[in-house]
Amino acid sequence: MILDSKIPEGPLAEKWDKHKFNVKLVNPANKRKYEIIVVGTGLAGASAAATLGELGYNVKAFCFQDSPRRAHSIAAQGGINAAKNYQNDGDSVFRLFYDTIKGGDYRAREANVYRLAQVSVNIIDQCVAQGVPFAREYGGLLANRSFGGAQVSRTFYARGQTGQQLLLGAYSALNRQIAYGKVKMYPRTEMLDLVMVDGKARGIVVRNLITGKIESHSAHAVVLATGGYGNVFFLSTNAMGSNATAAWRAHKKGALFANPCFTQIHPTCIPVSGGYQSKLTLMSESLRNDGRVWVPKTVEIAQQLRSGQITVNDIKEEDRDYYLERKYPAFGNLVPRDVASRNAKLVCDEGRGVGSSGLAVYLDFADAIRREGQPAIAAKYGNLFEMYAKITDENPYERPMRIYPAVHYTMGGLWVDYNLMTNIPGLYATGEANFSDHGANRLGASALMQGLADGYFVIPYTIGDYLAQTPYDKVSIDHPAFKEAEQAVIAKNNQLLSINGTRTVDDFHKALGQIMWDHCGMARNAEGLQFAKQEIRKLRDEFWRDVKVVGVNEELNITLEKANRVADFLELGELMVDDALNRNESCGGHFREEYQTPENEALRDDENYTYVAAWEFTGVGNEPVLHKEELEFENVKLTQRSYK
Amino acid sequence: MNWFTKTFSSTLGRKYIMAITGLFLCSFLVVHLVGNLTLFYKDGGEAFNIYSHFMANNIVIRVMEVVLVLGFLFHIYDALVLTRRNKAARPVGYAESRPQENSTWSSRNMGLLGTVILVFLLVHLWNFFVPARFGDLEGVPNKEYLNLYSEVALAFKNPIYVALYVISMVALAYHLIHGFQSAFQSLGLTHKKYTPFIQKFGYAFSVIICLGFAAIPLYFFFFIEL
Amino acid sequence: MAGSNPNAKPMDLTLKVWRQKDKNSAGAMVTYPVKGISPDMSFLEMLDVLNEDILRRGEDPIAFDHDCREGICGMCSLYINGRPHGPERGTTTCQLHMRHFNDGDTITIEPWRAAAFPVHKDLVVDRSAFDRIQQAGGYVSINTGGVPDANAIPIGKSIADKAFDAATCIGCGACVAACKNASAMLFVSAKVSQMAMLPQGKVEAKTRVENMVAQMDVEGFGACSNTGACAAECPVGISLENIAIMNREYLSAKATSENVLA
Repeated sequence: MILDSKIPEGPLAEKWDKHKFNVKLVNPANKRKYEIIVVGTGLAGASAAATLGELGYNVKAFCFQDSPRRAHSIAAQGGINAAKNYQNDGDSVFRLFYDTIKGGDYRAREANVYRLAQVSVNIIDQCVAQGVPFAREYGGLLANRSFGGAQVSRTFYARGQTGQQLLLGAYSALNRQIAYGKVKMYPRTEMLDLVMVDGKARGIVVRNLITGKIESHSAHAVVLATGGYGNVFFLSTNAMGSNATAAWRAHKKGALFANPCFTQIHPTCIPVSGGYQSKLTLMSESLRNDGRVWVPKTVEIAQQLRSGQITVNDIKEEDRDYYLERKYPAFGNLVPRDVASRNAKLVCDEGRGVGSSGLAVYLDFADAIRREGQPAIAAKYGNLFEMYAKITDENPYERPMRIYPAVHYTMGGLWVDYNLMTNIPGLYATGEANFSDHGANRLGASALMQGLADGYFVIPYTIGDYLAQTPYDKVSIDHPAFKEAEQAVIAKNNQLLSINGTRTVDDFHKALGQIMWDHCGMARNAEGLQFAKQEIRKLRDEFWRDVKVVGVNEELNITLEKANRVADFLELGELMVDDALNRNESCGGHFREEYQTPENEALRDDENYTYVAAWEFTGVGNEPVLHKEELEFENVKLTQRSYK
Repeated sequence: MNWFTKTFSSTLGRKYIMAITGLFLCSFLVVHLVGNLTLFYKDGGEAFNIYSHFMANNIVIRVMEVVLVLGFLFHIYDALVLTRRNKAARPVGYAESRPQENSTWSSRNMGLLGTVILVFLLVHLWNFFVPARFGDLEGVPNKEYLNLYSEVALAFKNPIYVALYVISMVALAYHLIHGFQSAFQSLGLTHKKYTPFIQKFGYAFSVIICLGFAAIPLYFFFFIEL
Repeated sequence: MAGSNPNAKPMDLTLKVWRQKDKNSAGAMVTYPVKGISPDMSFLEMLDVLNEDILRRGEDPIAFDHDCREGICGMCSLYINGRPHGPERGTTTCQLHMRHFNDGDTITIEPWRAAAFPVHKDLVVDRSAFDRIQQAGGYVSINTGGVPDANAIPIGKSIADKAFDAATCIGCGACVAACKNASAMLFVSAKVSQMAMLPQGKVEAKTRVENMVAQMDVEGFGACSNTGACAAECPVGISLENIAIMNREYLSAKATSENVLA
């Protein structure tokens, strides 16, 4: 298989414009003859479904939640980047492009990232026109802040709820198309298989989560906007329902899965407090603008703290180690996420962690409160401080927050070309579900940008190019391919329901999460990864022997839903480990302990690993086949990332 | 249905009617109380009888009387329609509910309070309006008007009537405490500057009006010798 | 292991939970004992623990809606001890922690109750009525592309902030659950007033409020009695002022729009 990224010819800045001219168009009158399926209604899915409906296509949109408005994009806090340069501080499309490529540790495609930076400016215009209430200055113009280590203020935000406001904007556009009848919405419906006819994606099989009915839907193209796979780790900042099933089942039908080991561990989350914990809560990265990260200077003090002999306020200034400021004087507490997370792990591994578990570091606002006063800090972060107090029962105005890294985002995903089409013709992947724009590490406030860029401004052009070359004929859902897929889904559900073992689905999920966190988390090594691979295989075998799923298919069955998702995580987890084993270098969120500089920084191997690792499925338990897409950098020079 | 009937049969439209008729009825209470204050004149009822004669015979008042009846009817009719609708909106209730944590008793019981007031109104009309307008009240010697005053004085020697009137005024006070400011909310007449005043005024209005009305039977019962 | 309160003792509780097989079946309250609940658990984690027990016994676990578990998606519901989202103000069920209960407590858990929110199963209700109200007009009718620059229309900070306050509604339905009339006024007014405040939304303000109110009535929600229960129980603090704004908008739309049919 040859991976053709279909990157247009020509200078970087002209590629997208030229491509838009070169793509084939579908006559307005003919658009209504095409059906498009969009799975997932987060930023990427809702924006795509709405825009495709506006263009005149017939769209069917699916989500597992009870309403499209609940997709987990809603939980994004910090903001959305755009190269507007409203602040006159030197931002430009090229600078956003450059920052994103560098932030991703040079493992993303130049052309895709440049296009992302280009359309970023349109996104803000679009959202404002929809009535998204972004933060504004007293003069009535839009406010910006610097975010996630950027040296310019290019982040637009709506207090700590930017994702919510952007999603509600996309949801409103989607609602308008639903009202017009151009989009048919299927909430509480989960995709369980992709249907292919003559090698092309022609539909999906879904389960109605209320009645359990297995149904087929036929279309001319399928767009997967189903988010990331962070829940492989069980504990993550993802929603409880976030899952990889749609993407993974497409992968099993032939779609390549790219860079699965690139997972982002977010540095500022509320630490785990007990074994019952079901999810981790992110505290926005914006807190690092004013909070100072520290741990006790010595293991002894940390021990006294953990055992309760002293409290945090007893620790003298000279006994505190502001390790990020010490090691990275230029960026200080604002180093990128991967660097901040890894350093938190390092100090905790040294025994200097705080909290009763020792798996936490302090994020301290005392200086900021002294400097600016409590009201000013409350105005900036009030809702976050409240959330922290609610969860931990501690007052962050009086004692520093305890934070620890947690799984947050997955840069890997289905392999797509420049048109966002997977290697399966007619199957597209957008937003977090694809791999394309963030390389090995995503910068803060870039996920919202990418989701909306894909949905509003990329796929509406590129999908037309494919459809223009597709005949109008519809494939009937009575076609044998649909019937076979339905039967396979039913058989799998029946199998899960008939095992009647002793361990619950959550039990397996937690066990998988622990393996992944221990061996394929913030730091990885070959030995641990090989061990993890064997453990996952054992766990998977046991799952299919001993899982307990009660009830029947024909009902609202929460255990069956979960079992399907965890079954897929148990396969995907192994591929993540395979990919991490294959990539003998450290880059971005992928840190292999064998490959580090003397100062414990990630050591890339540009000679051998400047490629996208796209994996082909060959059967459960079989070794996947690696396909490489070499990355070419013509506009940036590959350098060691330095935030010193 | 045309736009007009559609508007006023929507939930919001019916609330407008509740609010407008409610405020109108408030204005009636003011007029009624001011007139009734003549009962406190120690002139053997002359002022009150002149006032009631005027009320019964002035053409403007007679027209307004029809408007007043319509105000009551619309207020009551829409209350019934809305209550029916509201009950239907929750066919299965909660096993445990603690509404006292989130709202005042009076705001949740406007229907009950209104029913008490309606019963009172019927009794009140029967006591005074019907005899005055259609009955055979004796005239005041040498005057062209009837002696409603003695009717009032007589009625308020009956402790049952006094109790009913006083309790009804308590109900009315609670009805108004919620209803007065609620009418402004229903009509969208809110403003950061003026709403707090409206709320305080409404509270004071409700208490003062009802105290004024309740004082009349108590005054007659305790202080007036027949 | 809890960092906050290492001395907090585990609690034993009695839960009374509404169980209902499906839309067409009758339901009933069922009593479950739960033991060893950590005060640092969230309410939903406590239910997870119960569900694992139920599952191990081979019985059907309690279905309840939840997703983000950080108070923003609006999926979690639950009428806990007589109040939507439980006893803490300004808190969704997923952010409610067990430290607000005491050892030995009996806790009743019921679904939202409204004709417009039929029960799917146990504690899961159908809130699609909210989506249909939004589809009736909760948007600005613009297509993607062809919009002016984001800074072309300045919007005063106080207006923008107020619009944001209305826009934070998470669509959970606690307002309907709390209201004695099962009225959706707070939910509908939050969107109407957000849009009415912003210049982008003003263009269609009249048709929007007419259509959204009409749909609200079609769905079978009750009318507003201005009890204020909705705002008092709203987990994100949507203000009653929005209802007044909607009342005003609707009245002026009806009085001045040229649509004689609606």
